[in-house]
Amino acid sequence: MAQHLKSSSSRSTLLNVLRHNLGLGSPSHASRHLRHNLPHNPPSTRVSPNPLTRLCNTMVDTLSSTSSHEDANSQVMDFPGGKVAFTPEIHFISESNEQRVPCYRVLDDNGQQLTDSRFVPVSEEVAVKMYSDMVTLQMMDNIFYEAQRQGRLSFYATAFGEEAINIASAAALSPQDVIFPQYREPGVLLWRGFTLQEFANQCFGNKSDYGKGRQMPVHYGSNKLNYFTVSATIATQLPNAVGAAYSLKMDGKEACAVTFFGDGGSSEGDFHAALNFAAVMEAPVLFICRNNGWAISTPTSDQFRSDGVVVKGRAYGIRSIRVDGNDALAMYSAVHEGREMAIREHRPILIEALTYRVGHHSTSDDSTRYRSADEIEWWNKARNPLSRFRTWVESNGWWSDEAESDLRSRIKKEMLEAIRVAEKTEKPNLNHMFSDVYDVPPLNLREQELLVRKCVKSHPQDYPSDVPL
Amino acid sequence: MAARIHGGAGAGAATALSTFNPKKLVAPPSRTNLPARNSKRYIVSAAAGSDGSKKSLLRVRHSQKLIANAAVATKAEESSAPTGTGHELLLFEALQEGLEEEMDRDPHVCVMGEDVGHYGGSYKVTKGLADKFGDLRVLDTPICENAFTGMGIGAAMTGLRPVIEGMNMGFLLLAFNQISNNCGMLHYTSGGQFTIPVVIRGPGGVGRQLGAEHSQRLESYFQSIPGIQMVACSTPYNAKGLMKAAIRSENPVILFEHVLLYNLKEKIPDEEYICNLEEAEMVRPGEHITILTYSRMRYHVMQAAKTLVNKGYDPEVIDIRSLKPFDLHTIGNSVKKTHRVLIVEECMRTGGIGASLTAAINENFHDYLDAPVMCLSSQDVPTPYAGTLEEWTVVQPAQIVTAVEQLCQ
Repeated sequence: MAQHLKSSSSRSTLLNVLRHNLGLGSPSHASRHLRHNLPHNPPSTRVSPNPLTRLCNTMVDTLSSTSSHEDANSQVMDFPGGKVAFTPEIHFISESNEQRVPCYRVLDDNGQQLTDSRFVPVSEEVAVKMYSDMVTLQMMDNIFYEAQRQGRLSFYATAFGEEAINIASAAALSPQDVIFPQYREPGVLLWRGFTLQEFANQCFGNKSDYGKGRQMPVHYGSNKLNYFTVSATIATQLPNAVGAAYSLKMDGKEACAVTFFGDGGSSEGDFHAALNFAAVMEAPVLFICRNNGWAISTPTSDQFRSDGVVVKGRAYGIRSIRVDGNDALAMYSAVHEGREMAIREHRPILIEALTYRVGHHSTSDDSTRYRSADEIEWWNKARNPLSRFRTWVESNGWWSDEAESDLRSRIKKEMLEAIRVAEKTEKPNLNHMFSDVYDVPPLNLREQELLVRKCVKSHPQDYPSDVPL
Repeated sequence: MAARIHGGAGAGAATALSTFNPKKLVAPPSRTNLPARNSKRYIVSAAAGSDGSKKSLLRVRHSQKLIANAAVATKAEESSAPTGTGHELLLFEALQEGLEEEMDRDPHVCVMGEDVGHYGGSYKVTKGLADKFGDLRVLDTPICENAFTGMGIGAAMTGLRPVIEGMNMGFLLLAFNQISNNCGMLHYTSGGQFTIPVVIRGPGGVGRQLGAEHSQRLESYFQSIPGIQMVACSTPYNAKGLMKAAIRSENPVILFEHVLLYNLKEKIPDEEYICNLEEAEMVRPGEHITILTYSRMRYHVMQAAKTLVNKGYDPEVIDIRSLKPFDLHTIGNSVKKTHRVLIVEECMRTGGIGASLTAAINENFHDYLDAPVMCLSSQDVPTPYAGTLEEWTVVQPAQIVTAVEQLCQ
């Protein structure tokens, strides 16, 4: 019985360990355990009837053979959560795959369609709207940024370099899909019809702002366009999105929740919790990560040590894809397919869009302090999502230089007019400082408003002239 | 005058109760405090009138059962007046009944939290609901308070009315970010575009040797958050009423339950009723001193009241119920009558509800006070596990009696 094992000391040590772990002391003890621990498959005929020898024989089989399928199947443990095959090898799963997860793309760096690329086709109308909106977004960002530099706006954050992510993802969604943005996705609003004037109103915090002037610029929100108001806190929108998806699922709607976040946001606890919840709840959510390489000044090498964000999906049981975020067609296809799966199969999907944050984090940041200007320049010129997509659109005969210059001059005019009007428009009334805290202002807030008004009356020179009382 | 304990309303009251008429369906509370003010005026005018008029008010008011013991599982004594219809149940059952009724009434109401589904909740408040309404409406979540609170907020913004359960209030500290930054703020920052009609509820307070981490009084930490409302239930009657009102409210409401009060028994009306979220409850009208309290301390106060009455004092006991905002109308009327205030709470001394209430009373009713506002609270220590020590961190009836005697000198 045990004799033939003595030939290999390591094997016998291992067997002793296994025997000990299985609680096998005596043969009678062994047989009791074997009745519980061994699978219910009938033992193969060559195995001896003695319980301990049977166990030892089967263990030897797994040690010596490179696990024939039948034998491997028979080495199975039942734990809460399901059956797992066991292995006598002490093997740590590597911290990373040998190869990084490949990145899906349709267009090459120059905007030429890759020969074997598969993608969801877009019509001329959609393609032209996509490209136009990308240009509009870029110009809007430019002009608002400059306005801030000139002191006309208090703050701004651009989405330079991420126009394809913004517009292409929005194009692949339906208007009923609920968006939970971080703060670098105004393009989604733009696609859905938010006007330049509406953007400007929010940035200037005037009385036409839907947020009633309460938030800083770029914190847009529109319930009629299903775009959840931006909350500055990082990644808090992820669990919110799961809740919205749960709500859509309860109502049986043909829609999903979509949430955006950055590489930095994936470090927050809410990211992990939300992914886990979405998987358990089988909620139709699209988690779109804009991995743009930087979280203010923190590069991704200081943010996580995994192969980006896409590999984290599997940890939570979530289907994931890595896509070239600067390739509008690839983004469109990935979001389109992801959305289908999310809604049809009631599952969350993780999309990691690789891109680069060409602009500074915001107007309060000067990114040349922590990265080279050459790097920024290269991504801005050589890997520009607009030029890549434009090449493809033009190759289909759907765009031209003339169309480009027409568009650009029109947008510039519209933008300047929007800013002019927004700047001139009155600010919200003082009572809006106190309204909407609750559905109806309670007594203490009414009192506090009276106190403020009293104070203003006695010190009118300290009160801003453009805020009506 | 015999010490009759008067609650906000009793079961089957056939009398013209100003605050609640269980026979009539109370409309969902409109958010202005004004409609409720009418009822308060009734009490005020009665108090301001002669002794005779007040006595008639007392006779007219239906007597509440005397809650003899401060602790759990009490059997309420029957009051002298025969009660009409109504059914008896325990506080956790009252919460469940309120929740079930609201879930029946509105298909958007749903529940989420840890072990709320088939397990029925750690204190059985959601018992049976998963069987009746299904796994989706009564959702078991993984363990991450920030995540399921965030989920509730997202669901609320897309049309549902979630009731989020924290297994213990203390665990909701992990959800502070979502509660403060999103729950409290998003209605405001979105310019009123998105409402967040969530109810966040759970057991809190000092229990029986639950240890420091499970004996938190979250109302102290949350009271500053703008945009939320906080209420604390203390009887089966107000537990059901507040639960229903909270669910119907368009604002986010945090409903504080107490670990030791779940087994209180009371007879509550068969008819539908709700309690006003912003209203305090007059537990025992009196003349000499105003005692403000809430949740479990109400029972310690009532215990002390028995002793005080025997010693010849006439305390007015008010269960403030609404922790944010304070019902300064009821409280103010009481202060104007008695001129002495004692606050009895379970929060810590520093930064608790009592601290804020003391400030509010001093600011608003300073001229009416004949003595400084006194506040009895727990000490600024984590709650010890040892039962004897734990008892000494909580305000006891004897201390309340001493404080009243001191204030009424």
